[in-house]
Amino acid sequence: MAMPMESPISFTNVGKIKWWQRGIFASQTGYVLLALAVLLVIMHFASPYFFTEGNMQNVAKNFSFIAIATLGVTFVIITGGIDLSVGSMMCFSAMITSMVMTELSAPGSPLVHMAADGKTVLANVPGLILLISVLAGLGVALIAGLVNGFCIAVLGLSPFVTTLGMLSIVRGLGYVVSNGRGSFPGGPDADYFYALTSGDVLGVPVPFIYLVILALAMAVVLHHSAFGRHVFALGGNEKAAELTGIPVVRVKIEVYVICALAAGLQGIIISGWLGSAPANMATSYELNVIAAAVIGGANLAGGIGGPLGAIVGCVLLEVIRNGLVLAQVSSYWQQTLVGVIIILAVLVDRIRSRMS
Amino acid sequence: MAHVDATPVLELQGIGKEFGAIRALHDVDLQVQPGEVVGLMGDNGAGKSTLVKIIAGNFRPSHGEIRFAGNAVHFNRPVDARGVGIEVVYQDLALSDNLTAAANVFLGRELKRKFGPIALLDHKAMAARALELFGELRSETRPDDLVKQMSGGQRQAVAIARTRLSNARLVMMDEPTAAISVRQVEQVLGLIHRLKEQGVAVMLISHRMPDVFAVCDRVIVMRRGEKRADKPIHETSPEEITALITGAKEAA
Repeated sequence: MAMPMESPISFTNVGKIKWWQRGIFASQTGYVLLALAVLLVIMHFASPYFFTEGNMQNVAKNFSFIAIATLGVTFVIITGGIDLSVGSMMCFSAMITSMVMTELSAPGSPLVHMAADGKTVLANVPGLILLISVLAGLGVALIAGLVNGFCIAVLGLSPFVTTLGMLSIVRGLGYVVSNGRGSFPGGPDADYFYALTSGDVLGVPVPFIYLVILALAMAVVLHHSAFGRHVFALGGNEKAAELTGIPVVRVKIEVYVICALAAGLQGIIISGWLGSAPANMATSYELNVIAAAVIGGANLAGGIGGPLGAIVGCVLLEVIRNGLVLAQVSSYWQQTLVGVIIILAVLVDRIRSRMS
Repeated sequence: MAHVDATPVLELQGIGKEFGAIRALHDVDLQVQPGEVVGLMGDNGAGKSTLVKIIAGNFRPSHGEIRFAGNAVHFNRPVDARGVGIEVVYQDLALSDNLTAAANVFLGRELKRKFGPIALLDHKAMAARALELFGELRSETRPDDLVKQMSGGQRQAVAIARTRLSNARLVMMDEPTAAISVRQVEQVLGLIHRLKEQGVAVMLISHRMPDVFAVCDRVIVMRRGEKRADKPIHETSPEEITALITGAKEAA
């Protein structure tokens, strides 16, 4: 109190944290990005085919097939939760989308009115069937996300158990509606559907474009909106979030809905690439998705994660898979290696935080 | 010292609280004047935390009335109490370690800028205001540093700065000096002085006798759910307070 109130604050006792010890440079994402760069260089020398346009397109397409769902699950992981139902959700959304599309296009179906030209009324508006069927697919994802969020945020059930249950429920419902046979996108809008899910623009695969747009949107939401701030606060200290007046229940429900929607969209895109939505599609994809998020630096304890990490994790997994194929290593090794990398990534992060 | 003629910022009349068959509080009356620092002491289970939680809006009292700045108030949630100007610094500080100091200060009441229909965080304004608050509190804390890299005293400053956002009129601090070093205790007591200088009433809940005698104007002792003493600090002594807390002396 000896000092007058007007004197400016000084930082004589508190050093500034060096730039390389903060932000991305001090994060697991940074280290894994570095590892990825090294790996890319090694691949370049190991295989002349790796950096060809065709292979790059292939890699971009393949990692985009899990990266959108990884973005969604990253939201959940940042809040300290987990969503195991993403794999089943992908399948169910894809299935509903292609079934609705086929149903609305089929003459004689009880749900649709016929126009004078023998096609259904909806089919006469280009793209309308596609729009309705994609919305239907995302709609079921929305409902599943709401149920997850309600059970976890309102009823207070554990996220692991709730979403494990949802994994089974949604997979089961997929078998119920399809009778285990799977379904195919059909009707006049199927061509639009394929163009929008597995086509490319100027050589860039469409799923990759969606991924970039969604990742940028996610970065803005996480770091520049109050919602994103609350997502991080929830993962850092849930009790504090509650006491400071953050609507904890609402934020939690929202992240599970976002995650389910991302998984649904991912499933719809995959089914366009596959040309069908088989009932066993995306089985155990939740493990790849969570592995990618964790390798990219999302912390399962909550509070840390981001879109860059999610994408880096997916790219790393895909480059390794692709590299092993190009190097003619048995693809059975792939899974083993992925496991090793998960542990290594977390281990390096632990060693780094011990040292600082 | 206490402004005796002013309206008390907080007035409790006949506050009682039962949890089932357990009577946690019985007929507690107390007043806190603006700019007054009141120490609330008592052993574990004496009813201090129940009282604090009632004032902070975590519990509703079973009996009695709370008046804030002369008006009767009823709180259903902590946010309601904050709405009228009661801020609480919780014992565990309620900070998110993974966020910056500025983000923690503004948690739940972020400043935003509108871009058409979208409202984005105004990082610059929040950092500037947080730096201003840390300056007022004489804490060498950078708004952009992560809370997990901070010392106990700095963390305390972040938690206290949060209470200065909304011109709170009563700040309750739950054991603010329990888990920090001697030098940092000095800083925290300094922070309490600064709140007092600005006319803010402070309720200090503490086990540490020297801290209470260093900053408080008045001390209230709770025992077995009742208020046993309410004395200006210069009319009592640590020995008397200890006797009141332990029950060696029934009331004063």
